Amino acid sequence: MATDTIKQHDAHAHDGHEHHDAGAMKIFGFWIYLMSDLVIFGTLFATFGVLANATAGGPTSQEIFELPFVLVGTFLLLISSFTFGLAVLAQNAGDRGAVLKWLAVTFLLGFGFVAMEVYEFHNLIAEGYGPDRSAFLSAFFTLVGTHGLHVTFGLIWIAIMFFQISKRGLDSVTKPRMLCLSLFWHFLDIVWICVFSFVYLIGAM
Amino acid sequence: MFGKLSLDSIPFHEPIIMVTAAAIGIIGALIVGLITYYRKWGYLWTEWVTSIDHKKIGVMYFLVALVMLIRGFADAIMMRTQQAIAAGGAEGYLPPEHYDQIFTAHGVIMIFFVAMPMVIGLMNLVVPLQIGARDVAFPFMNNLSFWLFAVGVILVNMSLVIGEFAKTGWLAYAPLSELKYSPGVGVDYWIWALQISGIGTTLTGINFFVTILKMRTKGMSLFRMPIFTWTALCTNVLIILSFPILTVTIALLTLDRYLGMHFFTNDMGGSQMMYVNLIWAWGHPEVYILILPAFGVFSEVIATFTKKRLFGYKTMVWATVVIAFLSFTVWLHHFFTMGAGADVNSFFGIATMIIAIPTGVKIFNWLFTMYRGRIQFTTPVLWTIGFIITFTLGGMTGVMLAVPGANFVLHNTLFVIAHFHNVIIGGVVFGMMAGFTYWFPKAFGFTLSEKWGKRSFWCWLIGFYVAFMPLYALSFFGAMRRMQSYEQTEWQPLMIVAWFGAVIIACGIACIVIQLVVSIRDREKNRDLTGDPWDGRTLEWSTSSPPPNYNFAYLPDVASIDSYWEMKQQPGGFKRELATKFEDIHMPRNTAEGPILSLFALLFGFALIWHIWWLAGLGAIGMFVTFMFRIFNNDTDYHVSAAEVEKTEREYHKRLEMQA
Amino acid sequence: MNDSHTSHDGTSHGSHKSYTVGLILSIALTLAAFGVVMLGKFSILATAITVIVTAVVQVLVQLILFMHLEFRTQQGRESGGFFVFTAVIIGLIVGGSLWIMHHLRLNLM
Repeated sequence: MATDTIKQHDAHAHDGHEHHDAGAMKIFGFWIYLMSDLVIFGTLFATFGVLANATAGGPTSQEIFELPFVLVGTFLLLISSFTFGLAVLAQNAGDRGAVLKWLAVTFLLGFGFVAMEVYEFHNLIAEGYGPDRSAFLSAFFTLVGTHGLHVTFGLIWIAIMFFQISKRGLDSVTKPRMLCLSLFWHFLDIVWICVFSFVYLIGAM
Repeated sequence: MFGKLSLDSIPFHEPIIMVTAAAIGIIGALIVGLITYYRKWGYLWTEWVTSIDHKKIGVMYFLVALVMLIRGFADAIMMRTQQAIAAGGAEGYLPPEHYDQIFTAHGVIMIFFVAMPMVIGLMNLVVPLQIGARDVAFPFMNNLSFWLFAVGVILVNMSLVIGEFAKTGWLAYAPLSELKYSPGVGVDYWIWALQISGIGTTLTGINFFVTILKMRTKGMSLFRMPIFTWTALCTNVLIILSFPILTVTIALLTLDRYLGMHFFTNDMGGSQMMYVNLIWAWGHPEVYILILPAFGVFSEVIATFTKKRLFGYKTMVWATVVIAFLSFTVWLHHFFTMGAGADVNSFFGIATMIIAIPTGVKIFNWLFTMYRGRIQFTTPVLWTIGFIITFTLGGMTGVMLAVPGANFVLHNTLFVIAHFHNVIIGGVVFGMMAGFTYWFPKAFGFTLSEKWGKRSFWCWLIGFYVAFMPLYALSFFGAMRRMQSYEQTEWQPLMIVAWFGAVIIACGIACIVIQLVVSIRDREKNRDLTGDPWDGRTLEWSTSSPPPNYNFAYLPDVASIDSYWEMKQQPGGFKRELATKFEDIHMPRNTAEGPILSLFALLFGFALIWHIWWLAGLGAIGMFVTFMFRIFNNDTDYHVSAAEVEKTEREYHKRLEMQA
Repeated sequence: MNDSHTSHDGTSHGSHKSYTVGLILSIALTLAAFGVVMLGKFSILATAITVIVTAVVQVLVQLILFMHLEFRTQQGRESGGFFVFTAVIIGLIVGGSLWIMHHLRLNLM
């Protein structure tokens, strides 16, 4: 080449492709955020693991966990993860009505999960087994409560998506957000697998 | 109504604080007055506060860091003065309650509000330009990150005049930081300043990781990226994976203090050792977050000013990646003496020594780059040579500390203090000063005064050795860290020598200030008209100084490492030809939601510190509502018209031609 | 029937089949874990191992079938790779912390 200029980049950036790239980037960025969230839960699990036996004369895990109750909650969350998958499939098919329907179902199931958890916490606190009773209980309430708080934020987000999709339909703004939310929601169910296994089941043994 | 806050919270009886407050008040009023007089509030809001331009955000980070350097250094010279006089029964002028806040604030400010923003500021300014991108992946989030960081700065400064700061040391170990032993607001200021700015930092990590992976220009594969961008990539991975640990640890302490939980309390099953374990699991990666970008700066500076390609590019990359990974395997070396036993201690001791190996590889690569190069002894090169000597020494004392048996003698002595200042000043500060000098013209369009830059360097270099070598010696005599006073009068002479060192460093800082004043005054003489004042090698030097807000009219096409240098070596040289066809460029709009959300975060943090629960609720709602505004905001970007791009480019070319 | 599970932007999608299989497997694994603990008929070691193994398997099932974790596409390798790295780091931190704290407890308490 005789002279070298700054070569012109392929001018293929018509709006559709650009927005679509931006959407994929948002989803990737959100995945990376989820990885940082995973470290948060990992740290909380490590803390729980260290403090699980620090009951300070208060109740032990065997004494306070009600497994049938937890099983019901687990199924609510699991099925809600499935129904959110159905919402995403509906989005891929461009079916706005079905998306809204499955969002609503997911919301109800998720709300049920959170309600059950609030009920469980309330009962424990009423019996004097709140997070201030011992290090074990502090760790339990914080780990499970952080998960519950994430689910609550997820519910708020589902409500917002319901509202946004009703108003503007499935477009280049709402679709990537739905995909991010789907990652979030599935992620929370995966974390819950670890919670019910290592906190409740191992704890109840 | 106002929680724990009252007029008594202001320490009217402390003369040092009141004088400082008065000084800050006067300077603050002056600045506000000047801005009002010159009617610049609108300009500041539209051009800076709401800016999503990574270059401006980078400048703001670095500017705040320089200002906080003055406060952090004021703490340092106060400590040196106290230790120079409080020997053999003398009490000095700082009682322990005050001295303890000073060493705590010194550490917190220097790490979180000086070093981190310098690193993040440089990454902001440079990385998108180096990869041929127009901005970062998530510009709104970038703005938000900066303002959340600023909230941390504001809180830490408020603690000086309203209430108190923590007296626990910069990492606030439990149980001292628990409510029982720190019932005041000091630790709460620590908690919320770090938690809020920490969120900003984590968002930055995500932002830059995605930016580097997804927004490189055509032809720039990972192994054609500039080394500074490689170190930035690894740094951001460290941020993403380590900051959540800090977030959790601070949150658990918060739960102990606010809701009576027992993670780290003395009773009810709490484990204080778990606090130390977790905080250092974050703390060790943190120091690599600080040093890796500095390594990146040195690589760029040496290659540029020896006019040689960096020696061993691939091994540099691998060394950086290995260091980043290993930084997660060594954290226990900060608490060898806590009692985990020989098995655990030897694992972490060996891992710590291993991490010195890739670091050594880097040092050799820098030396081999300089060998047989035509070295220009510019200010950045002086900082680099100073670094190579000083950091290597500091690294060696680190390897000494890595031996658990030796550590049992040296833990918590002045040896540790000397070691980490050795590597942080010799490594991070020198690197940031080199980067500051090197990239200043790119940001502002004129070079800094070489004369004052060199003077600053010599003051810092000499000052560092005079201040810290005595501390190594004192540690062998048994001197511990964080001493408000000491019995042994035979230690005092060396303490006085150290004080002189601090004074010399103060001159170094003064030189930086003078350098800025003089350079701004002489800016027309030192204009960088071509955008390439150093005959650089990487893409940022192919833009004007400063670049237009969209950075590149055309995204460059890259074929090698040091792509800009290669373009210049082509027969005929690098022609900035004015193209014939321009396009609309898609750019993000400025954002008010970032600063406003952060303002609510400030209210939230301040309210929680003082237990003003209604205000905290308001702050939380405000943050949520502002975020909703952002979510529902349809008007977040725009296009720079092709005509405007053409106009900007034509003007730039006209200037180039006039200069030629 | 459209069996291609990769969209035009290179990201993976599920299908009704993959979500349903995921749900059924997850239900089965959950019931197995709860069952083995609630029935209490096995040794502590066997029970613990069952719980851990079913947990790991269910996590993988949901990662692959719900979150579409894969290494075939460029995007998948980037996300999947970062996930693996994160998992390693978490392993170091959690494992390291438990190891360290266990030894501290032995020596000091």
